[in-house]
Amino acid sequence: MGAIVYGHFTDELDLLNAVKELKNKKIHIADVRTPFPVHGLDTALKYPRSHLPKIAFAAGLIGGSLGLLFQIWVFTKGWPLNFGGKPYLSIPSFIPVTFELTVLFAAFAMGIAFLLRSNLGPGKIPNILDDDVTNDHFQVILAAKNNNLSEIELAEALEAAGAIDVKQVNATT
Amino acid sequence: MHVSPVREPLINGEKSYSDITNDVMAPIKAKPGKLWFAGLTISSILMLVGFAMIGYTIWFGIGTWGVNRTIGWGWSITNFVWWVGIGHAGTFISAILLLFRQKWRTSINRAAEAMTIFAVMCAGLFPLIHMGRLPLGFFIFPYPNTRELWVNFNSPLLWDVFAISTYLLVSLLFWYMGLIPDLGTIRDRMKTLWKKKVYNFLSFGWQGSARHWQRHESMSLILAGLAAPLVLSVHTIVSFDFATSVIPGWHTTIFPPYFVSGAVFSGFAMVLTLMIVTRRALNLQQYITVGHVESMNKVIIATGSIVGIAYITELFMAWYSGVEYERYAFMNRALGPYAWAYWIMMTCNVISPQLLWIKKLRRNLTFTFILSIFINIGMWFERFVIVVTSLHRDYLPSSWSMYKPTFVEVAIYLGTFGLFFTLFFIFIRVFPVIAIAEVKSVARSSARKFLGKPTQKQKPEKQ
Repeated sequence: MGAIVYGHFTDELDLLNAVKELKNKKIHIADVRTPFPVHGLDTALKYPRSHLPKIAFAAGLIGGSLGLLFQIWVFTKGWPLNFGGKPYLSIPSFIPVTFELTVLFAAFAMGIAFLLRSNLGPGKIPNILDDDVTNDHFQVILAAKNNNLSEIELAEALEAAGAIDVKQVNATT
Repeated sequence: MHVSPVREPLINGEKSYSDITNDVMAPIKAKPGKLWFAGLTISSILMLVGFAMIGYTIWFGIGTWGVNRTIGWGWSITNFVWWVGIGHAGTFISAILLLFRQKWRTSINRAAEAMTIFAVMCAGLFPLIHMGRLPLGFFIFPYPNTRELWVNFNSPLLWDVFAISTYLLVSLLFWYMGLIPDLGTIRDRMKTLWKKKVYNFLSFGWQGSARHWQRHESMSLILAGLAAPLVLSVHTIVSFDFATSVIPGWHTTIFPPYFVSGAVFSGFAMVLTLMIVTRRALNLQQYITVGHVESMNKVIIATGSIVGIAYITELFMAWYSGVEYERYAFMNRALGPYAWAYWIMMTCNVISPQLLWIKKLRRNLTFTFILSIFINIGMWFERFVIVVTSLHRDYLPSSWSMYKPTFVEVAIYLGTFGLFFTLFFIFIRVFPVIAIAEVKSVARSSARKFLGKPTQKQKPEKQ
């Protein structure tokens, strides 16, 4: 990433204002780290909507249709059993299992997709710049390589936006 | 941001963001006290006794139980349904209340969800024992085998297998995904290297990036949307175990909604029982306030009243159907040899929750605690009444019989309490009992610190 500059805020409203201010100055924001989800931050950062719901929908569709088709196959081709003369193909009684499989597939596909997409997983080592980010500090990170400004100018911009505790590091990651 | 002038704050005391972190983390950081060790010891002894009795049952056979040819389902199915019912509150709180944007959910959802998972584990034990040959338990899943046989997808018992397993897995996923950010918070507060490493492993390397939060939020919402119908489906399917049979007393179409509301009713009662003690023991009174207890009590009135109406509807339909077997089954319930169980159920489930219409009682912790235990007992008896009284006098009077549990069955039931509380005691020491990040995210709109002066006159809380 090269040299990065980061500053902190102690209040989410200050953070939102600062992000908007930096965005207006056409400064690229590498990352914002917060202890909890700040509402309106993703729109302020102009992040596109997440595709996770689509993955969940597709996976649910796959799970549901696999479940239904499998049950139909079992009772008509695999091993048709006669239950008191009832029809072999009794769709209503296949619905509960189909529903459960839809939910199971959708939920887990989305969970796994979330972890993969966010590069999270057991044993991943995070690049924590300040321990307070998971407590009560809101951190804005600017990378020098993404901006035309020098590190000192970036630091000044952060301070102008109200950041405290502005620091510069040469991150390796 | 909209701040309601009439709602009482969800977080009392002047709590800043870091206060929230420290307060919730305190039990994880502190050395466990004597009470905790005592609780863990008692519950793990109970658990071991229960496991020993499971072994005893499997070694000597089902003859060690009080069940007989007429009453083939006794305590074990009663306990199964009871535990599954208790396991409904957690996901109800975290999924359905999230969709309804109920902010008070944030203080109790973590513990309630943990409780759900442990309760479903306890529930799952009973069908496994009932199979008789534990190592062959995997027979219930459809897998390719040399006999080319498949499971019976027409059977509600098999639907149950799918419903309960899916419910356990999805609840576990939902719970753990919510835990990830909080585990990151704990990791950064830990001083010892190995603890830092363990919590980092558990937190999947969480660093709180805005992009991650955005995806996390969107995932939580969809998971809630998936879990909400799932919760309702699970007890619906459990009720099908009974409703699709042709036994008078079981064969009723009212069962699915009646079971679901009963499950939420008993689940909230168990959450109240646990949380009223936990908030005291872990010093979390500022986060789980009397207001939270009152909100839960309101859910109890709603679901308890639905259960009450269902009982009365059942009686009415038995009379109105004109079927003599159906009529007899219900007459026998209310006036037969198990009438005592029926009237315990009626008193605990129908009459007692109606007391909560009185605001003073709704906000009284001692009263709520006692009432919640009554509801737990009542809901256990509901399942006992449904299972045993419907079976013990069947179509053939010569096979009429009575059922009494043996020591083995009682010990297995107590053993599941042991399992439940062992897991719960470990949980409160290892994981944050309150969803730290979620509480922080509602702090600005609902915490006393940000709301300023109390807008509503509040009496100091009585302990």
